[in-house]
Amino acid sequence: MQAIQVAHLTKSYGTTLAVDDLSFTVSVGATVGLLGGNGAGKTTTIAMLLGLLVPTSGQIHMLGHDMARDRFRALARMNFSSPYLALPSRLTVAENLRVYANLYDVKHTERRIEELAQELNLAEFLNRPAGQLSAGQKTRVALAKALINHPEVLLLDEPTASLDPDTGDEMRTLLERYRAQHRTTILLASHNMAEVERLCSDVLMLKKGRLVDQGSPEELLARYGRDDLEQVFLDIARARGAGADAGVRA
Amino acid sequence: MRGCARRIWGMMYRHLALYRGSWPRLLELAYWPTLQMCIWGFTASFLASRTGSPMALAGGLLLGGVLLWEVALRSQMGFAVSFLEEIWSRNLGHIFVSPLRPPELVAALIIMSMIRMAIGVLPAILLAWALYAFNLFSLGPVLILFFINLMIMGWWVALGVVSLILRHGAGAETLAWSVLFGVTPFSAVYYPVSVLPRVIQPLALALPSSHVFEGMRAMVQTGQIMWGHLAWAFGLNLVWLAAAAWLFAAQFHAARVRGALLSIGE
Repeated sequence: MQAIQVAHLTKSYGTTLAVDDLSFTVSVGATVGLLGGNGAGKTTTIAMLLGLLVPTSGQIHMLGHDMARDRFRALARMNFSSPYLALPSRLTVAENLRVYANLYDVKHTERRIEELAQELNLAEFLNRPAGQLSAGQKTRVALAKALINHPEVLLLDEPTASLDPDTGDEMRTLLERYRAQHRTTILLASHNMAEVERLCSDVLMLKKGRLVDQGSPEELLARYGRDDLEQVFLDIARARGAGADAGVRA
Repeated sequence: MRGCARRIWGMMYRHLALYRGSWPRLLELAYWPTLQMCIWGFTASFLASRTGSPMALAGGLLLGGVLLWEVALRSQMGFAVSFLEEIWSRNLGHIFVSPLRPPELVAALIIMSMIRMAIGVLPAILLAWALYAFNLFSLGPVLILFFINLMIMGWWVALGVVSLILRHGAGAETLAWSVLFGVTPFSAVYYPVSVLPRVIQPLALALPSSHVFEGMRAMVQTGQIMWGHLAWAFGLNLVWLAAAAWLFAAQFHAARVRGALLSIGE
Protein backbone atom coordinates (compact mmCIF):
# COMPACT_ATOMS: atom_id res chain seq x y z
CA MET A 1 0.00 0.00 0.00
CA GLN A 2 1.45 3.35 -1.09
CA ALA A 3 0.79 6.53 0.87
CA ILE A 4 2.46 8.77 -1.71
CA GLN A 5 2.60 8.08 -5.45
CA VAL A 6 4.38 10.54 -7.70
CA ALA A 7 4.60 9.92 -11.44
CA HIS A 8 6.58 12.00 -13.96
CA LEU A 9 6.25 15.15 -11.86
CA THR A 10 7.62 18.24 -13.59
CA LYS A 11 7.58 21.89 -12.63
CA SER A 12 9.03 24.58 -14.85
CA TYR A 13 9.15 28.33 -14.47
CA GLY A 14 9.61 29.63 -17.99
CA THR A 15 12.74 27.88 -19.26
CA THR A 16 13.92 26.86 -15.77
CA LEU A 17 13.16 23.30 -14.74
CA ALA A 18 12.71 23.18 -10.96
CA VAL A 19 11.55 19.55 -10.89
CA ASP A 20 12.27 17.29 -13.83
CA ASP A 21 10.27 14.10 -14.45
CA LEU A 22 10.30 12.96 -10.82
CA SER A 23 8.74 9.59 -9.98
CA PHE A 24 8.73 7.83 -6.63
CA THR A 25 6.47 6.09 -4.13
CA VAL A 26 6.41 6.05 -0.35
CA SER A 27 4.89 3.08 1.46
CA VAL A 28 2.48 3.51 4.35
CA GLY A 29 4.41 3.88 7.60
CA ALA A 30 7.77 4.57 5.93
CA THR A 31 9.97 7.57 6.68
CA VAL A 32 11.64 8.80 3.53
CA GLY A 33 14.24 11.54 3.28
CA LEU A 34 14.34 13.98 0.41
CA LEU A 35 17.95 15.07 0.07
CA GLY A 36 19.62 17.54 -2.20
CA GLY A 37 21.52 20.80 -2.25
CA ASN A 38 20.02 24.25 -2.49
CA GLY A 39 17.87 24.47 -5.61
CA ALA A 40 17.64 20.68 -5.95
CA GLY A 41 13.83 20.87 -5.95
CA LYS A 42 13.00 19.56 -2.46
CA THR A 43 10.76 22.44 -1.35
CA THR A 44 9.15 22.65 -4.80
CA THR A 45 8.35 18.94 -4.62
CA ILE A 46 6.84 19.25 -1.15
CA ALA A 47 4.81 22.30 -2.22
CA MET A 48 3.34 20.24 -5.09
CA LEU A 49 2.59 17.32 -2.77
CA LEU A 50 0.67 19.76 -0.56
CA GLY A 51 -1.28 21.29 -3.44
CA LEU A 52 0.32 24.71 -2.85
CA LEU A 53 1.92 24.54 -6.27
CA VAL A 54 0.37 23.28 -9.50
CA PRO A 55 2.70 20.91 -11.40
CA THR A 56 3.48 21.65 -15.02
CA SER A 57 2.88 17.95 -15.71
CA GLY A 58 2.74 14.64 -13.91
CA GLN A 59 0.46 13.08 -11.31
CA ILE A 60 0.40 13.02 -7.53
CA HIS A 61 -1.73 10.68 -5.47
CA MET A 62 -1.74 11.19 -1.72
CA LEU A 63 -3.43 8.40 0.25
CA GLY A 64 -5.15 7.42 -2.98
CA HIS A 65 -6.51 10.91 -3.69
CA ASP A 66 -5.59 12.62 -6.95
CA MET A 67 -4.16 15.98 -5.83
CA ALA A 68 -5.22 17.63 -9.09
CA ARG A 69 -8.91 16.88 -8.50
CA ASP A 70 -9.44 15.92 -4.89
CA ARG A 71 -6.82 17.70 -2.85
CA PHE A 72 -8.98 18.85 0.06
CA ARG A 73 -9.90 15.28 1.04
CA ALA A 74 -6.22 14.37 1.00
CA LEU A 75 -5.23 17.52 2.94
CA ALA A 76 -7.62 16.57 5.76
CA ARG A 77 -5.53 13.40 6.27
CA MET A 78 -2.12 15.07 5.97
CA ASN A 79 -0.19 17.82 7.68
CA PHE A 80 2.93 19.86 7.24
CA SER A 81 5.58 21.63 9.26
CA SER A 82 8.26 24.04 8.14
CA PRO A 83 10.47 26.49 10.02
CA TYR A 84 9.78 28.99 7.23
CA LEU A 85 6.17 29.33 8.29
CA ALA A 86 4.95 30.59 11.64
CA LEU A 87 1.85 30.53 13.77
CA PRO A 88 0.13 33.80 14.78
CA SER A 89 2.46 35.15 17.43
CA ARG A 90 -0.15 36.97 19.55
CA LEU A 91 -2.33 33.90 19.95
CA THR A 92 -1.47 31.54 22.78
CA VAL A 93 -0.27 28.05 21.97
CA ALA A 94 -3.66 26.61 23.00
CA GLU A 95 -5.53 29.15 20.85
CA ASN A 96 -3.36 28.32 17.84
CA LEU A 97 -4.01 24.62 18.33
CA ARG A 98 -7.75 25.28 18.65
CA VAL A 99 -7.70 27.17 15.33
CA TYR A 100 -6.11 24.21 13.55
CA ALA A 101 -8.28 21.67 15.37
CA ASN A 102 -11.26 23.47 13.83
CA LEU A 103 -9.66 23.74 10.38
CA TYR A 104 -8.95 19.98 10.42
CA ASP A 105 -12.32 19.15 12.00
CA VAL A 106 -10.67 17.35 14.93
CA LYS A 107 -13.10 15.71 17.34
CA HIS A 108 -12.72 16.41 21.08
CA THR A 109 -10.43 19.40 20.58
CA GLU A 110 -9.50 20.02 24.21
CA ARG A 111 -8.68 16.37 24.82
CA ARG A 112 -6.47 16.32 21.73
CA ILE A 113 -4.65 19.45 22.88
CA GLU A 114 -4.05 17.83 26.27
CA GLU A 115 -2.67 14.70 24.57
CA LEU A 116 -0.28 16.77 22.46
CA ALA A 117 0.72 18.85 25.47
CA GLN A 118 1.75 15.65 27.22
CA GLU A 119 3.43 14.00 24.24
CA LEU A 120 5.41 17.08 23.25
CA ASN A 121 5.90 18.69 26.68
CA LEU A 122 3.87 21.80 25.92
CA ALA A 123 1.88 22.02 29.15
CA GLU A 124 4.02 24.68 30.81
CA PHE A 125 3.57 27.19 27.97
CA LEU A 126 0.17 26.24 26.59
CA ASN A 127 -1.29 29.60 27.64
CA ARG A 128 1.67 31.70 26.55
CA PRO A 129 1.60 33.70 23.28
CA ALA A 130 3.38 31.77 20.52
CA GLY A 131 5.59 34.79 19.82
CA GLN A 132 7.12 34.63 23.30
CA LEU A 133 8.50 31.10 22.96
CA SER A 134 12.10 30.02 22.41
CA ALA A 135 13.10 28.51 19.05
CA GLY A 136 12.94 25.01 20.50
CA GLN A 137 9.51 25.59 22.03
CA LYS A 138 8.23 27.07 18.75
CA THR A 139 9.44 23.98 16.90
CA ARG A 140 7.55 21.73 19.33
CA VAL A 141 4.41 23.84 18.89
CA ALA A 142 4.77 23.69 15.10
CA LEU A 143 5.03 19.91 15.40
CA ALA A 144 1.94 19.86 17.65
CA LYS A 145 0.06 21.82 14.97
CA ALA A 146 1.29 19.30 12.37
CA LEU A 147 0.06 16.38 14.50
CA ILE A 148 -3.28 17.90 15.60
CA ASN A 149 -5.31 15.83 13.12
CA HIS A 150 -3.46 12.51 13.60
CA PRO A 151 -2.06 12.86 10.06
CA GLU A 152 -1.55 9.70 8.07
CA VAL A 153 1.07 11.52 6.01
CA LEU A 154 3.37 14.10 7.53
CA LEU A 155 5.50 16.34 5.33
CA LEU A 156 8.41 18.05 7.05
CA ASP A 157 10.56 20.69 5.39
CA GLU A 158 13.87 20.95 7.25
CA PRO A 159 12.24 20.38 10.64
CA THR A 160 15.37 21.03 12.67
CA ALA A 161 16.87 23.88 10.64
CA SER A 162 18.22 26.66 12.88
CA LEU A 163 17.88 24.57 16.04
CA ASP A 164 20.83 23.93 18.34
CA PRO A 165 22.07 20.28 18.42
CA ASP A 166 20.34 19.53 21.72
CA THR A 167 16.95 20.86 20.59
CA GLY A 168 17.36 19.22 17.19
CA ASP A 169 18.00 15.89 18.91
CA GLU A 170 14.93 16.38 21.09
CA MET A 171 12.85 17.01 17.97
CA ARG A 172 14.17 13.88 16.26
CA THR A 173 13.39 11.82 19.35
CA LEU A 174 9.83 13.16 19.36
CA LEU A 175 9.41 12.26 15.69
CA GLU A 176 10.81 8.76 16.20
CA ARG A 177 8.47 8.16 19.13
CA TYR A 178 5.44 9.48 17.28
CA ARG A 179 6.14 7.42 14.17
CA ALA A 180 6.61 4.27 16.26
CA GLN A 181 3.32 4.85 18.07
CA HIS A 182 1.13 5.89 15.13
CA ARG A 183 2.78 4.39 12.03
CA THR A 184 2.61 7.76 10.29
CA THR A 185 4.14 8.07 6.83
CA ILE A 186 6.78 10.80 6.89
CA LEU A 187 8.48 12.58 3.99
CA LEU A 188 11.33 14.67 5.29
CA ALA A 189 13.30 17.27 3.32
CA SER A 190 16.55 18.02 5.06
CA HIS A 191 20.12 19.19 4.72
CA ASN A 192 21.03 17.37 7.89
CA MET A 193 22.57 14.04 6.84
CA ALA A 194 22.85 12.65 10.37
CA GLU A 195 19.16 13.35 10.86
CA VAL A 196 18.27 11.53 7.65
CA GLU A 197 20.45 8.56 8.56
CA ARG A 198 18.79 8.33 11.94
CA LEU A 199 15.15 8.79 10.91
CA CYS A 200 14.77 7.53 7.36
CA SER A 201 14.32 4.04 6.01
CA ASP A 202 14.79 5.31 2.46
CA VAL A 203 16.41 8.30 0.85
CA LEU A 204 15.66 10.10 -2.42
CA MET A 205 18.64 12.05 -3.72
CA LEU A 206 17.71 15.07 -5.86
CA LYS A 207 19.98 17.16 -8.01
CA LYS A 208 18.81 19.97 -10.28
CA GLY A 209 15.25 18.75 -9.97
CA ARG A 210 16.02 15.16 -10.96
CA LEU A 211 16.03 12.01 -8.90
CA VAL A 212 19.66 10.88 -9.20
CA ASP A 213 19.67 8.04 -6.71
CA GLN A 214 17.60 6.32 -4.09
CA GLY A 215 17.82 3.56 -1.53
CA SER A 216 18.18 2.93 2.16
CA PRO A 217 21.00 4.81 3.91
CA GLU A 218 22.89 1.50 4.18
CA GLU A 219 22.50 0.79 0.46
CA LEU A 220 23.72 4.26 -0.47
CA LEU A 221 26.74 4.00 1.84
CA ALA A 222 27.66 0.64 0.33
CA ARG A 223 27.08 1.83 -3.24
CA TYR A 224 29.31 4.88 -2.86
CA GLY A 225 31.84 3.19 -0.57
CA ARG A 226 31.44 5.86 2.08
CA ASP A 227 31.08 5.97 5.86
CA ASP A 228 28.31 8.51 6.13
CA LEU A 229 25.59 10.12 4.04
CA GLU A 230 27.32 13.49 4.04
CA GLN A 231 30.11 12.03 1.94
CA VAL A 232 27.55 10.41 -0.36
CA PHE A 233 25.79 13.75 -0.65
CA LEU A 234 29.06 15.46 -1.61
CA ASP A 235 29.85 12.73 -4.13
CA ILE A 236 26.50 13.25 -5.81
CA ALA A 237 26.66 17.04 -5.58
CA ARG A 238 30.12 17.02 -7.18
CA ALA A 239 29.35 14.01 -9.42
CA ARG A 240 32.28 11.86 -8.30
CA GLY A 241 32.98 8.67 -6.33
CA ALA A 242 32.45 5.00 -6.97
CA GLY A 243 28.67 5.15 -7.10
CA ALA A 244 28.23 8.60 -8.58
CA ASP A 245 27.79 7.30 -12.10
CA ALA A 246 26.73 3.75 -11.44
CA GLY A 247 24.07 4.80 -9.00
CA VAL A 248 22.53 7.57 -11.04
CA ARG A 249 18.97 6.85 -12.05
CA ALA A 250 17.56 9.44 -14.35
CA MET B 1 -20.99 21.55 13.63
CA ARG B 2 -20.37 20.37 10.08
CA GLY B 3 -16.85 20.41 8.62
CA CYS B 4 -17.46 23.47 6.50
CA ALA B 5 -18.93 25.48 9.39
CA ARG B 6 -16.11 24.37 11.70
CA ARG B 7 -13.46 25.52 9.26
CA ILE B 8 -15.15 28.90 8.90
CA TRP B 9 -15.44 29.14 12.69
CA GLY B 10 -11.75 28.16 12.99
CA MET B 11 -10.75 31.17 10.92
CA MET B 12 -13.12 33.43 12.84
CA TYR B 13 -11.80 32.13 16.17
CA ARG B 14 -8.27 32.96 15.01
CA HIS B 15 -9.25 36.64 14.55
CA LEU B 16 -11.52 36.89 17.58
CA ALA B 17 -8.70 35.51 19.76
CA LEU B 18 -6.40 38.12 18.26
CA TYR B 19 -8.78 40.98 19.15
CA ARG B 20 -9.45 39.58 22.61
CA GLY B 21 -5.75 39.83 23.36
CA SER B 22 -5.06 43.18 21.70
CA TRP B 23 -6.97 46.26 22.89
CA PRO B 24 -5.06 48.62 20.53
CA ARG B 25 -6.51 46.68 17.60
CA LEU B 26 -10.03 47.07 19.03
CA LEU B 27 -9.47 50.76 19.67
CA GLU B 28 -8.19 51.26 16.14
CA LEU B 29 -11.41 49.82 14.71
CA ALA B 30 -13.49 52.63 16.24
CA TYR B 31 -10.85 55.36 16.06
CA TRP B 32 -11.18 56.56 12.45
CA PRO B 33 -15.00 56.41 12.15
CA THR B 34 -15.31 58.35 15.42
CA LEU B 35 -12.71 60.89 14.32
CA GLN B 36 -14.45 61.39 10.97
CA MET B 37 -17.75 61.85 12.77
CA CYS B 38 -16.29 64.50 15.08
CA ILE B 39 -14.64 66.47 12.25
CA TRP B 40 -17.68 66.51 9.97
CA GLY B 41 -20.16 66.85 12.81
CA PHE B 42 -18.52 69.97 14.20
CA THR B 43 -18.11 71.37 10.68
CA ALA B 44 -21.82 70.88 10.00
CA SER B 45 -22.75 72.41 13.37
CA PHE B 46 -20.60 75.45 12.68
CA LEU B 47 -22.09 76.01 9.23
CA ALA B 48 -25.63 75.51 10.52
CA SER B 49 -25.07 78.09 13.27
CA ARG B 50 -24.01 80.64 10.64
CA THR B 51 -26.56 80.02 7.92
CA GLY B 52 -29.62 78.63 9.68
CA SER B 53 -31.97 75.78 8.88
CA PRO B 54 -31.06 75.06 5.20
CA MET B 55 -27.58 74.32 6.36
CA ALA B 56 -28.91 72.17 9.21
CA LEU B 57 -30.51 69.89 6.61
CA ALA B 58 -27.28 69.86 4.64
CA GLY B 59 -25.44 69.02 7.86
CA GLY B 60 -27.74 66.04 8.35
CA LEU B 61 -27.03 64.86 4.83
CA LEU B 62 -23.33 65.28 5.43
CA LEU B 63 -23.41 63.25 8.65
CA GLY B 64 -25.54 60.57 7.01
CA GLY B 65 -23.01 60.40 4.18
CA VAL B 66 -20.06 60.17 6.56
CA LEU B 67 -21.64 57.40 8.63
CA LEU B 68 -22.87 55.31 5.70
CA TRP B 69 -19.58 55.63 3.82
CA GLU B 70 -17.81 54.33 6.91
CA VAL B 71 -19.91 51.17 6.55
CA ALA B 72 -18.36 50.52 3.13
CA LEU B 73 -14.86 51.58 4.22
CA ARG B 74 -14.83 49.45 7.38
CA SER B 75 -16.31 46.43 5.60
CA GLN B 76 -13.64 46.63 2.93
CA MET B 77 -10.80 47.15 5.39
CA GLY B 78 -12.16 44.51 7.77
CA PHE B 79 -12.03 41.91 5.00
CA ALA B 80 -8.67 42.91 3.51
CA VAL B 81 -6.86 43.49 6.81
CA SER B 82 -8.01 40.12 8.17
CA PHE B 83 -6.39 38.52 5.13
CA LEU B 84 -3.26 40.62 5.60
CA GLU B 85 -3.00 39.44 9.23
CA GLU B 86 -2.22 35.97 7.83
CA ILE B 87 0.57 37.37 5.67
CA TRP B 88 2.04 39.45 8.50
CA SER B 89 2.09 36.42 10.81
CA ARG B 90 3.60 34.16 8.07
CA ASN B 91 0.63 31.85 8.58
CA LEU B 92 -0.81 31.85 5.06
CA GLY B 93 1.09 28.69 4.03
CA HIS B 94 -0.35 26.78 7.00
CA ILE B 95 -3.86 27.85 6.08
CA PHE B 96 -3.57 26.92 2.43
CA VAL B 97 -2.28 23.40 3.22
CA SER B 98 -5.23 22.82 5.55
CA PRO B 99 -8.56 21.52 4.22
CA LEU B 100 -9.97 25.08 4.29
CA ARG B 101 -11.51 25.79 0.87
CA PRO B 102 -11.06 29.28 -0.63
CA PRO B 103 -14.83 30.00 -0.49
CA GLU B 104 -14.74 29.13 3.23
CA LEU B 105 -11.85 31.52 3.74
CA VAL B 106 -13.85 34.24 1.96
CA ALA B 107 -16.91 33.47 4.11
CA ALA B 108 -14.83 33.82 7.29
CA LEU B 109 -13.35 37.11 6.05
CA ILE B 110 -16.85 38.42 5.25
CA ILE B 111 -18.16 37.58 8.73
CA MET B 112 -15.08 39.15 10.33
CA SER B 113 -15.58 42.27 8.23
CA MET B 114 -19.17 42.54 9.52
CA ILE B 115 -17.98 42.23 13.13
CA ARG B 116 -15.19 44.76 12.59
CA MET B 117 -17.57 47.15 10.84
CA ALA B 118 -20.08 46.96 13.69
CA ILE B 119 -17.38 47.60 16.30
CA GLY B 120 -16.10 50.55 14.26
CA VAL B 121 -19.27 52.24 13.07
CA LEU B 122 -21.75 51.76 15.93
CA PRO B 123 -19.83 54.02 18.37
CA ALA B 124 -19.71 56.73 15.67
CA ILE B 125 -23.47 56.45 15.08
CA LEU B 126 -24.12 56.75 18.82
CA LEU B 127 -21.74 59.70 19.03
CA ALA B 128 -23.57 61.48 16.19
CA TRP B 129 -26.80 61.04 18.08
CA ALA B 130 -25.30 62.21 21.41
CA LEU B 131 -23.33 65.21 20.10
CA TYR B 132 -25.38 66.46 17.16
CA ALA B 133 -28.81 64.93 17.76
CA PHE B 134 -28.42 63.17 14.41
CA ASN B 135 -30.16 59.81 14.53
CA LEU B 136 -29.20 57.71 11.54
CA PHE B 137 -31.79 55.12 12.56
CA SER B 138 -34.55 57.69 11.90
CA LEU B 139 -34.18 56.69 8.24
CA GLY B 140 -36.16 53.60 9.19
CA PRO B 141 -35.92 49.99 7.99
CA VAL B 142 -34.57 51.10 4.60
CA LEU B 143 -31.32 51.83 6.44
CA ILE B 144 -30.75 48.06 6.60
CA LEU B 145 -30.87 47.90 2.80
CA PHE B 146 -28.39 50.80 2.57
CA PHE B 147 -26.11 48.98 5.03
CA ILE B 148 -26.31 45.70 3.12
CA ASN B 149 -25.45 47.35 -0.20
CA LEU B 150 -22.49 49.24 1.23
CA MET B 151 -21.18 46.14 3.00
CA ILE B 152 -21.38 44.12 -0.22
CA MET B 153 -19.52 46.88 -2.02
CA GLY B 154 -16.83 46.76 0.69
CA TRP B 155 -16.51 42.99 0.20
CA TRP B 156 -16.07 43.02 -3.56
CA VAL B 157 -13.58 45.86 -3.39
CA ALA B 158 -11.66 43.88 -0.72
CA LEU B 159 -11.83 40.73 -2.83
CA GLY B 160 -10.22 42.76 -5.63
CA VAL B 161 -7.53 43.99 -3.24
CA VAL B 162 -6.81 40.45 -2.01
CA SER B 163 -6.59 39.33 -5.65
CA LEU B 164 -3.99 42.03 -6.31
CA ILE B 165 -2.06 40.94 -3.21
CA LEU B 166 -2.09 37.36 -4.54
CA ARG B 167 -0.82 38.69 -7.87
CA HIS B 168 1.71 41.29 -6.69
CA GLY B 169 2.53 40.16 -3.14
CA ALA B 170 2.57 42.24 0.02
CA GLY B 171 3.66 45.26 -2.07
CA ALA B 172 0.00 45.74 -2.93
CA GLU B 173 -1.10 45.81 0.71
CA THR B 174 -1.35 49.61 0.94
CA LEU B 175 -4.36 49.29 -1.37
CA ALA B 176 -6.22 47.78 1.59
CA TRP B 177 -6.32 51.25 3.16
CA SER B 178 -6.38 53.51 0.15
CA VAL B 179 -8.44 52.00 -2.65
CA LEU B 180 -11.92 52.91 -1.43
CA PHE B 181 -10.86 56.45 -0.53
CA GLY B 182 -10.00 56.82 -4.20
CA VAL B 183 -13.57 55.92 -5.12
CA THR B 184 -15.07 58.46 -2.69
CA PRO B 185 -15.22 61.41 -5.16
CA PHE B 186 -17.27 59.29 -7.59
CA SER B 187 -19.58 57.74 -4.99
CA ALA B 188 -21.84 60.75 -4.46
CA VAL B 189 -21.24 60.50 -0.72
CA TYR B 190 -21.48 64.23 0.05
CA TYR B 191 -23.04 65.60 -3.14
CA PRO B 192 -25.38 64.33 -5.89
CA VAL B 193 -24.10 62.68 -9.06
CA SER B 194 -25.40 65.68 -11.06
CA VAL B 195 -22.65 67.84 -9.53
CA LEU B 196 -19.97 65.74 -11.25
CA PRO B 197 -18.74 66.61 -14.76
CA ARG B 198 -20.92 64.92 -17.36
CA VAL B 199 -18.14 62.59 -18.57
CA ILE B 200 -17.63 61.22 -15.07
CA GLN B 201 -21.30 60.63 -14.30
CA PRO B 202 -21.51 57.19 -16.02
CA LEU B 203 -18.57 56.05 -13.90
CA ALA B 204 -20.34 57.26 -10.76
CA LEU B 205 -23.59 55.58 -11.76
CA ALA B 206 -21.73 52.28 -12.26
CA LEU B 207 -20.94 52.26 -8.54
CA PRO B 208 -23.59 50.87 -6.15
CA SER B 209 -22.59 53.46 -3.55
CA SER B 210 -23.81 56.36 -5.76
CA HIS B 211 -27.29 54.86 -5.83
CA VAL B 212 -27.27 54.28 -2.08
CA PHE B 213 -26.34 57.89 -1.35
CA GLU B 214 -28.78 59.30 -3.89
CA GLY B 215 -31.42 57.17 -2.18
CA MET B 216 -30.32 58.31 1.26
CA ARG B 217 -30.55 61.99 0.28
CA ALA B 218 -34.00 61.50 -1.21
CA MET B 219 -35.10 59.75 1.97
CA VAL B 220 -33.84 62.57 4.22
CA GLN B 221 -35.28 65.33 2.01
CA THR B 222 -38.63 63.84 0.98
CA GLY B 223 -39.16 60.82 3.22
CA GLN B 224 -39.67 58.72 0.08
CA ILE B 225 -37.85 55.44 -0.55
CA MET B 226 -36.30 55.48 -4.04
CA TRP B 227 -36.73 51.82 -4.93
CA GLY B 228 -35.16 52.36 -8.33
CA HIS B 229 -31.87 53.42 -6.80
CA LEU B 230 -31.94 50.46 -4.41
CA ALA B 231 -32.61 48.06 -7.28
CA TRP B 232 -29.69 49.52 -9.22
CA ALA B 233 -27.44 49.24 -6.15
CA PHE B 234 -28.30 45.56 -5.63
CA GLY B 235 -27.95 44.78 -9.34
CA LEU B 236 -24.59 46.51 -9.67
CA ASN B 237 -23.32 44.84 -6.50
CA LEU B 238 -24.23 41.47 -7.96
CA VAL B 239 -22.29 42.18 -11.14
CA TRP B 240 -19.25 43.60 -9.34
CA LEU B 241 -19.25 40.78 -6.78
CA ALA B 242 -19.32 38.17 -9.54
CA ALA B 243 -16.45 39.93 -11.32
CA ALA B 244 -14.41 40.15 -8.11
CA ALA B 245 -15.07 36.47 -7.30
CA TRP B 246 -13.89 35.49 -10.77
CA LEU B 247 -10.75 37.66 -10.37
CA PHE B 248 -10.03 36.10 -6.96
CA ALA B 249 -10.44 32.55 -8.28
CA ALA B 250 -8.20 33.33 -11.27
CA GLN B 251 -5.49 34.97 -9.14
CA PHE B 252 -5.61 32.21 -6.53
CA HIS B 253 -5.04 29.63 -9.25
CA ALA B 254 -2.30 31.77 -10.81
CA ALA B 255 -0.60 32.05 -7.39
CA ARG B 256 -0.67 28.24 -7.12
CA VAL B 257 0.90 27.97 -10.57
CA ARG B 258 3.63 30.52 -9.71
CA GLY B 259 4.25 29.13 -6.24
CA ALA B 260 3.43 32.48 -4.66
CA LEU B 261 1.40 31.14 -1.73
CA LEU B 262 4.49 30.22 0.29
CA SER B 263 6.41 33.43 -0.39
CA ILE B 264 3.63 35.99 -0.60
CA GLY B 265 4.84 38.04 2.36
CA GLU B 266 8.29 38.59 0.90
